[in-house]
Amino acid sequence: MTTLTDPPQGSFRLSMLINDTRYRSLTFQAIALLLLIVSIAYLANNLFANLAAAGLNIAYDFLGTPAGYDINQTLVEYNSRSTHARAALVGILNTLLVAFLSCVMATVFGVLAGVLRLSNNWLVAKLMSFYVEIFRNIPVLIWIIIIFTIMTAVMPAPRAFRGDEPEASMLLGLVAFTNRGIYIPAPVWGPGSLVVVATFIVSIVGVIGYRRYATNLLYSTGKLLPTGWPSLAILFVPTILMFYIMGRPIGLDIPELGGFNFRGGIQVGAPLIALWFALSIYTGAFIAENVRAGIQAVSKGQTEAASALGLRPGRVMKLVVLPQALRVIIPPLISQYLNITKNSSLAIAVGYADITATLGGITLNQTGRAIECVLLLMLFYLTISLLISAVMNVYNNAVKLKER
Amino acid sequence: MKKNVILGALTVAGLSAGAAAAGTLDDVKARGTLNCGVNTGLVGFAAPDANGEWKGVDVAVCRAVAAAVLNDPTAVEFVPTTGKTRFTALASGEIDMLSRVTTWTFSRDVDLKFTFVGVNYYDGQGFMVPKALGVSSARELDGATVCVQTGTTTELNLADFFRTNNISYEPVPVETTAEGQQQYLAGSCDTYTTDASALAATRASFEAPGDHVILPEIISKEPLGPLVRHGDDEWADVVRWTLNALITAEELGVTSANLDEMAANSENPEVARLLGTEGTLGEMLGLDAAWAKRAIAAEGNYGEIFARHIGEETPIGLARGLNAQWTDGGLLYSPPFR
Repeated sequence: MTTLTDPPQGSFRLSMLINDTRYRSLTFQAIALLLLIVSIAYLANNLFANLAAAGLNIAYDFLGTPAGYDINQTLVEYNSRSTHARAALVGILNTLLVAFLSCVMATVFGVLAGVLRLSNNWLVAKLMSFYVEIFRNIPVLIWIIIIFTIMTAVMPAPRAFRGDEPEASMLLGLVAFTNRGIYIPAPVWGPGSLVVVATFIVSIVGVIGYRRYATNLLYSTGKLLPTGWPSLAILFVPTILMFYIMGRPIGLDIPELGGFNFRGGIQVGAPLIALWFALSIYTGAFIAENVRAGIQAVSKGQTEAASALGLRPGRVMKLVVLPQALRVIIPPLISQYLNITKNSSLAIAVGYADITATLGGITLNQTGRAIECVLLLMLFYLTISLLISAVMNVYNNAVKLKER
Repeated sequence: MKKNVILGALTVAGLSAGAAAAGTLDDVKARGTLNCGVNTGLVGFAAPDANGEWKGVDVAVCRAVAAAVLNDPTAVEFVPTTGKTRFTALASGEIDMLSRVTTWTFSRDVDLKFTFVGVNYYDGQGFMVPKALGVSSARELDGATVCVQTGTTTELNLADFFRTNNISYEPVPVETTAEGQQQYLAGSCDTYTTDASALAATRASFEAPGDHVILPEIISKEPLGPLVRHGDDEWADVVRWTLNALITAEELGVTSANLDEMAANSENPEVARLLGTEGTLGEMLGLDAAWAKRAIAAEGNYGEIFARHIGEETPIGLARGLNAQWTDGGLLYSPPFR
């Protein structure tokens, strides 16, 4: 009778690190890692030695000192006596604002152009491919400058609105388009306005509830309820009724020409508009291509099957094609959103006070703390990009193909 | 593997090189050209003319230094810098000296580690407005939109001025003079603020200079001068005394026209010391005896430079004002050459 035993296990020898395939790759990885750490340490050490030799040190004290400069668009309380840290916060909020607005608008442009580019209408399809090719093949910085220059050169200056027979007049007496930006009326919240806002929020919930009910009804009985005009009615009628019942509590602060500029209302500055529009229309062209790719990735049989079931083209797109296309569209869309956020740092070209202009521009320049400011900037953009990725990945997981 | 290590070591060595530099004076002599940081374009101070040659008061300082050190006023590599890039360019050693209407301030001198070697133009910040606006004082600018060059002392003075006068404004940051000019002329700002001399220079380049006025208020002190890196005193001395030589030459009546005659015949011992016919001042600087003579020969003495580029005869038309010699009631006062 024979017993099988394991082959004799030799004890670990040093030469096995090179000769044994089980350990060899680990050995080389360890060596590479060690070299990398040593070189980074050397470079960092070199940097600090050179900084010390030049009499400079890394310190963040300057963030607590008064900034001394003013910023033209501030979403939070800020004046020239506020600290550099506060100025950086103003810049961060401005960056986030323009990035958010551009992401939304670029998505709208992109989806529209992407879908329309596949249209059977020759003219529409060609127009859309013209848009895509023109906009994505010219650098975004040029678009920002073109749009800004057109705004400042073509739109009238505020002083053109002055006089008995002014050269320019306000749209409907409410909105003023000037070369410094667009002035729109601001809402004034009177007493009781809270009730109106609350009604509006309840209406939104109502619309969602109604649509859910309609879907359930469709699935259980096959009865199709109209959703378009009832949704609109639920959304607006109660709110408008409440507005009049409460005695019109929400007024409008209409911008008026006073002194050098319009006063009152909300000013949407020319730099913001130029940046917002340029980023949206440029990135929209890329998103259009993503959308087109996503739609074309859905097999033709799906469309044909849906049509065979008697669905109209709009429904085919909405119910069959787009949900499947989203799986292909979302991952590249994430990188387009990241691009928008990072490209918003081109704001400096038109004097928009984003984080690069405040912390990485004026603060850096006035304090001379270049390394500190740039490190903070890198940290900010890294954090915000990773956050956007994380959020979009959650959404991607929600729409991606469920494999069971 | 071995090759990679060597390449890596070379890269690292390359990155760390340039940390320990020899004296700037030796560098400049060895290189044969002077790297001088100037404005991207400000007529009268530093701007290329129709032939692409740099001209202006700041440029003249660079040329004088090049003439003194290298015996060739044209051996200058002009590096255009913006308000934002200038200090990094100087600190990193990309340029040997910065002559770019730069205000001498405490924090730039002490915290940013630069050495201001003197003042070549005493300036102050002013405002320019279109005549049609009907404004006669800067205090009437409540609510105005103001174009201001970003990264300058102007930006801080502006905030302080409006704050102390308790009036509001909206800043429009611009990068360069050209951009500011474009925005101002397009009417996207009501007023353009910068040093009064630069306002005059900018206005001179307008199609209709008469339609714009410079308001009487001067809201700050702006001593503009050339600067070098901290810690290289020999080089700082060379630039400082070249500038002083230009100023002293005007005080002593030495011009580019009578230079040789003065050097040969002057009875005044200070002229003799300045022009190197007596004493060893040049040697002390690490240059030869005729250094100041060459500096003056480059573009003339301070008065000649002023008159040629920004004086009353030029389109810019600035009066000497504070920039007259101390003997004429101005602030120009060079320490003696002895």
